[in-house]
Amino acid sequence: MKIIDSTLKPQFASTFDIDRVRADFPILELQVEGKPLVYLDNAASSQMPQPVIDRLVRYQTTQHANINRGVHYLSELATAEYEGSRRRLQRFINAREDREVIFTSGTTDAINLVMHGYGRKFIGAGDEIILTTLEHHSNIVPWQMLAEEKGAKIRVVPINDAGELLIDEYEKLFTERTKFVGVLHVSNALGTVNPVKEMIAFAHARNVPVLIDGAQAVPHMTVDVQDLDCDFYAFSGHKLCGPTGIGVLYGKAELLERMQPFKGGGDMILSVTFEKTTYNSIPHKFEAGTPPIAAAIGLGAAVDYLSSIGLDAIAAYELDLLNYATEQISCMPGVRIIGTAAMKTAVLSFEVEGVHPHDIGTLLNQEGVAVRTGHHCVQPVMLRLKVPATTRASFAFYNTMAEVDAFIAGLRTVQKIFM
Amino acid sequence: MNTKSLYQEVILDHNKKPRNYGTLDKASHHAVGHNPLCGDHLDIALNLEGERIDGIAFHGESCAICKASASMMTTVVKGKTRADAETLIKEFRDMATGTLDLEGQHHLGRLTVFAGVRDLPTRVKCAILPWHTLHAALNAVTTISTESEDDPMHAPIGDA
Repeated sequence: MKIIDSTLKPQFASTFDIDRVRADFPILELQVEGKPLVYLDNAASSQMPQPVIDRLVRYQTTQHANINRGVHYLSELATAEYEGSRRRLQRFINAREDREVIFTSGTTDAINLVMHGYGRKFIGAGDEIILTTLEHHSNIVPWQMLAEEKGAKIRVVPINDAGELLIDEYEKLFTERTKFVGVLHVSNALGTVNPVKEMIAFAHARNVPVLIDGAQAVPHMTVDVQDLDCDFYAFSGHKLCGPTGIGVLYGKAELLERMQPFKGGGDMILSVTFEKTTYNSIPHKFEAGTPPIAAAIGLGAAVDYLSSIGLDAIAAYELDLLNYATEQISCMPGVRIIGTAAMKTAVLSFEVEGVHPHDIGTLLNQEGVAVRTGHHCVQPVMLRLKVPATTRASFAFYNTMAEVDAFIAGLRTVQKIFM
Repeated sequence: MNTKSLYQEVILDHNKKPRNYGTLDKASHHAVGHNPLCGDHLDIALNLEGERIDGIAFHGESCAICKASASMMTTVVKGKTRADAETLIKEFRDMATGTLDLEGQHHLGRLTVFAGVRDLPTRVKCAILPWHTLHAALNAVTTISTESEDDPMHAPIGDA
């Protein structure tokens, strides 16, 4: 007979001062529908800790002017803070140089920059671009636009029923016409972590550059662009405890230098006459017009905040959350998890038999629980897995095991209503 | 509002056992409504005898609010004239978007169980989709989308 000591609390692999972390996030104290907010929509956008909010306030209160222009005190200060933030981002992803970090408005903007700056210059008629079934629409549509314009072709890496890329099929897609690979690091809908380092090495052996959409990876694991050896890496600030309207495109300097500018305007030029314009050097060549200075500085504070907690500690804690939530939901009759990859971040997409995701979302909101419902901007994934839509709970390091319990209790209430 | 009050017995019942669910053997009018935001779609067929809706049926994939709305709609408009149906479409839309005075004169009857959606902006489209699809069918538009410019949802109904 097995002896079970019922006084033992569940043991988790990570050690993490969750109370201290939660105290940094004022929004987590909100009540929704008279219940404590349980925010499980982190894959859509994360919440902002007080140090980042404070940084934004300090910038607007004492440091704001336009950058790269004036010789006055505030302009010089704002420029220094903006460039200081670029160096924070450089350290955060371990880029070789700070000029390899371009501020964009977000992941979508970053991918569009690569499509225009690299794709339109180096991809032509009959060339092939490899993408994967798991891609977010933002890493599909720009390439479709390019393919249509240039007469290029898109080849798609299939997935298995668990939501994992079929790497053998990926390797078979390469031909001598393959000119570019775009792949997401972590699936927003399913949480699948893709073996991007191996995929990059395979592409590089064939001289094909690779763009990684890292929007769902950087908030949840240590990302080292030199170790991955990716050519481009795109991510957003607002999924990273930072502000909206800011994101980053990392690119290898020698590639960025060969690329054409994306947007034309001020700041991205060295000299302008009506006969000829000389473009500025990188990264400024890709930052036309006044950037979102406050947001860029806020993002610098956000990655400092995350680094102070430690991405490895965050990853370990979130894995505990995922395992606990997966275990709880697996016990519920009529609930099916969509996306069961061996390597996952803390994303739980699921179906409840007989209940439409929109009804689940509305009723969970009544319990204070915020989840995402719908197709998650990945209609090809939904089509492949034959689900019209799912409900998605996506966790962050400030969520608790008690919140998992509240979420599961909410789901039971939904099932009861629809019984 | 209390969201649970929207998920009342009558709505849950129509979701579970939708009335007039399926296809019509004889249909003079037909339309498909889409909500691309959630992937829901609804197929509505009806048969007009002169100006009177003689038969109506629907099928498709949708949430409980949408399916119950479609089911109750079919039971209410069956046997009514096209003009009466258009009046109900306009009144239902006004109720769902919060511009109808529920205390004033209207013909919605038990359809007022859907009044609560006006407090749930993201769910208004779910409740209205069947009614807009019916409007499209009556006006010989074969497909509509809640997100397209020519969706009747974006144009005043009844003035078309």
